[in-house]
Amino acid sequence: MKELLKKLTEVYGPSGNEGPVLHILQKELKGHVDSMKIDVLGNLIVTKGRGKPRVMLAAHADEIGVAVTHIDKNGFLRFTNVGGLRPVNMLGHRVRFQNGTLGTIGEEKRDSLKDELKLEKMYIDIGARDKAEAAKRVAVGDMGCFVQPFVDTGSRLIAKAFDDRVGCAIVVEALKRMRKPACSIFAVFTAQEEVGVRGARTAAYGIKPDVAVAVDITGTGDTPESRTMAVGLGKGPAIKVMDGGMLASPQVKEALIAAAKRLRIPYQLEVLIGGTTDAWGIQVTLEGIPSGVISIPTRYAHTPSEMVDARDVENCVRLLVEYVRSL
Amino acid sequence: MNKNAEMLKRLTTPGGVSGFESPAAQAAAREFKPLADTVQHDRNGSVVATKFATSRKRGKKAPLLLIDAHVDEIGLIVTRIEDDGMLRIAQIGGFDQRVLPSQEVIVHARRPLRGIIGSKPVHLLTPEERAAVDKLEDLYVDVGLPASSVRRLVQVGDYMSMAPWFHELRNGFYAGKAMDDRTGVAAQILMLEALKGRQHTWDVACVAATQEEYGGYGASTCAFRLAPDAAIALDVTQGQAPGLSEDETFPMGKGPCIAVGPNIHPGIYDRLCKAAKAEELPYSIEPVPGVTGTDAGPIQVTRHGVPTGLVSIPLRYMHTSVETVAMLDIERTGRLLARFVVDMEGPEKLRE
Amino acid sequence: MQLLRQLSETHGVAGNEKAVRDLIWSEIKTRVDSKEVDAMGNLIVTKKGRKSRPRIMLAAHMDEVGLMVVNIDKQGMLKFRAVGGLDERALLSKHVLVGKDKTPGVIGAKPVHLIWRREEEMKRPPKTDELHIDIGASSKEDAEKQVKIGDYAMFDTEYASLGPTIKGKAFDDRIGCALLVELLKKPLPVTVHAAFTVQEEVGLRGARIAAFRIEPDIAIVLEGTAAGDFPEKRDLSKAAMIGKGPVITIMDRTVICDRKLVDLAIACAKKARIPFQLKRPGVGGTDAGRIHMTKAGSRTLVISVACRYVHSPASIASKADIRNAGRLVSAVLKAL
Repeated sequence: MKELLKKLTEVYGPSGNEGPVLHILQKELKGHVDSMKIDVLGNLIVTKGRGKPRVMLAAHADEIGVAVTHIDKNGFLRFTNVGGLRPVNMLGHRVRFQNGTLGTIGEEKRDSLKDELKLEKMYIDIGARDKAEAAKRVAVGDMGCFVQPFVDTGSRLIAKAFDDRVGCAIVVEALKRMRKPACSIFAVFTAQEEVGVRGARTAAYGIKPDVAVAVDITGTGDTPESRTMAVGLGKGPAIKVMDGGMLASPQVKEALIAAAKRLRIPYQLEVLIGGTTDAWGIQVTLEGIPSGVISIPTRYAHTPSEMVDARDVENCVRLLVEYVRSL
Repeated sequence: MNKNAEMLKRLTTPGGVSGFESPAAQAAAREFKPLADTVQHDRNGSVVATKFATSRKRGKKAPLLLIDAHVDEIGLIVTRIEDDGMLRIAQIGGFDQRVLPSQEVIVHARRPLRGIIGSKPVHLLTPEERAAVDKLEDLYVDVGLPASSVRRLVQVGDYMSMAPWFHELRNGFYAGKAMDDRTGVAAQILMLEALKGRQHTWDVACVAATQEEYGGYGASTCAFRLAPDAAIALDVTQGQAPGLSEDETFPMGKGPCIAVGPNIHPGIYDRLCKAAKAEELPYSIEPVPGVTGTDAGPIQVTRHGVPTGLVSIPLRYMHTSVETVAMLDIERTGRLLARFVVDMEGPEKLRE
Repeated sequence: MQLLRQLSETHGVAGNEKAVRDLIWSEIKTRVDSKEVDAMGNLIVTKKGRKSRPRIMLAAHMDEVGLMVVNIDKQGMLKFRAVGGLDERALLSKHVLVGKDKTPGVIGAKPVHLIWRREEEMKRPPKTDELHIDIGASSKEDAEKQVKIGDYAMFDTEYASLGPTIKGKAFDDRIGCALLVELLKKPLPVTVHAAFTVQEEVGLRGARIAAFRIEPDIAIVLEGTAAGDFPEKRDLSKAAMIGKGPVITIMDRTVICDRKLVDLAIACAKKARIPFQLKRPGVGGTDAGRIHMTKAGSRTLVISVACRYVHSPASIASKADIRNAGRLVSAVLKAL
């Protein structure tokens, strides 16, 4: 599974440009599922099994990134954010565009280091000597994402875009382990979560599931002087109670807790202040779709170096498989 | 206390924090039962009490009017249990942060626990700290139990509601928690009572909707399922009080507010005003230049669109534990709605 | 352009689009095959083309930003609030027309003579709640003879041709409406479901239910977009310029447009030698934001005409841009 995590986190795939991620997922899932299709918004929808209920699993394929807004006469690129990007996490980092063009991020002179860092005062330098040279490699509207290698420290893993490629990997692994599911599984690797939970909503409308579970990352409260959050790395999958957008449906939350207890794996209950997941968009669709979330505790979310615990990831897979089996 | 005040007390005292509305929803359902033809709970926890058109008994198919009030209230949730058994909290919906210190709450744990919202004692504060509103992360709930008992009884994600005070003030004013928006539910009940024995050609579905204050989806999902031909949302609005601009507040005890603006269908607005005049009820016009922050917002854009109105009851001290309303305004809202229902013509008349 | 003059001078603040809808309907009623006005006031018409697939929605919004009367004070002054994202700086000292009877009024504030000593007040534009509309009423009762709380008010702006450009109000998005009307008057290569939508300016609300009804495979939104061709020394991200051709959106705050459609539009423009510009990514939003997420989703494209000073009492746009936007939409329809 670490192989897959490495592939998925190192690949390029900002919102609206999920193609390369879906390509890996399709190759990985071949022979393990009944059908695969990509819909108009770019969601990869995979089905497995027949029967009731119809359960939707969602993990988003996109990641945060940058979009070029201007190429200046010296070939520097001005940019805007794609999703929740914090300027402070960007300085000195590298970004890559779909065609492989690499650039480093710099900033205009700041009068005082106390001044707030702003995206408008930053730029991407792709090493072009002038506008004409830059324009051969990038165009306005092109999107880039961070570049960072996947690192395995033994118990913990560091990479960019664990949000939410770790969720994608968990769903893939769970699909492989569920050999003959008794219900209809619709696994959706959703598009455009980071820009406002867009793909999940249209996918849910099309699928009309009876119940849905999103698999996504959450923050932790176990780092020095961090927020007061009960979730920590290595303490098991987090089962969402509430986040910045939604309250998880009680029946899904309870079923997930029951599944974790049956497996005798550790689990944590999660109340996240700020932020939300695909489940928020799915829950409000149609007559309301009972939705819950299995969250992977993740440090340093939305930075180029997000960290997860390998045992948590494995336990998330087991929890998802057990939950679906019990439906 | 009179009969209607007793009813309001029965509605407001149960806990009904967004996502955990069951006690309040059950209280609403009990009140609806004798007055409606059917009472259901939908999959999202909302209560739907339907009174069929009297013309239906003559075999006619009736159009459907949805009357929405939200049953949920704002509350708190446990985010972490400290080593000493103190509970760290987050908001579900938005309390006025200034009112939190020293409030009494009920923690809905394995068994209900009484608690007090604590903060650093005033004697130990620096002058700067005294001048500032406590940050939410500095507050905690103290249930007065040893840490080991707390750990056994409470878990992260347990919710809390304000302690259920209900007070009668002078001149038919009442104060308590969750007046936002159980007063709307009370108005639904009074409307159903007022409809007894009267002829009407529309089916009326009273929805006590969940998750208006957080998540925002009880009303929209219920409207999607019912696909009504018209809808009215009932909510509260800012009552006049010292220091507030008259541009944005409405007099207490002078009748309900009928909203007008993009979120409101002009035909519904006109008919509500006509109904008020026919009943000789005072009312205020509440102009809302954009989307109202009520269930009328999502209901209007459900499916192909729903002609939607909004009637609001003026309320002082919104999103505190002492929300204050005038009973007269609730009663008038009930009468206004009943008249509106009785006078409704066919849905095609709502087309301009 | 005669039609655009009428459209620009008609009042249609979000929530009160009836006059615009009636004008549009009178223009197209003999040219379309079916009509629906829905619960919020969207005008949805269908015009058959040579083929019926894919299912195409074209959308332009009828509403504009404006004012609403929220209170009448003792002196008979009208207190108001903005409907939609009005440029607050532009409010002071303007002529307005209030309510159905179009009662004339002026927007007043404390005169400069009485505040000149208080420098802070001179340095910032007055806030909406410090302003009022004066219709010359002698008292609250007198004002109430003409005006009601909840009445809409709109700037009294005359449309004019300035040579290669035009000036007027509400070009966002009456230009889109005019383009769509002109298109419906011609034979079409493919059946079009045209939605003249309401309430774009208060949260893209009309388009959502229109798209729910139409259920398009492909949606093309026609818009007026903010131009940024004011003097600017720094070599930074720019908004579109007027006179440089129709504007194609790649991404804004509400949508990432379908890349194949964007590429198709660019190819069509190049083939027909229509000048075009790309909209600065990441800013603004249009009805496309709701349409592409309705039901199971649709592919969307946004084609705009750059307008200077949108969301203010008077904007300026280029005649050539409007012509070229019409040509570009026709070319795209033909290529679908």
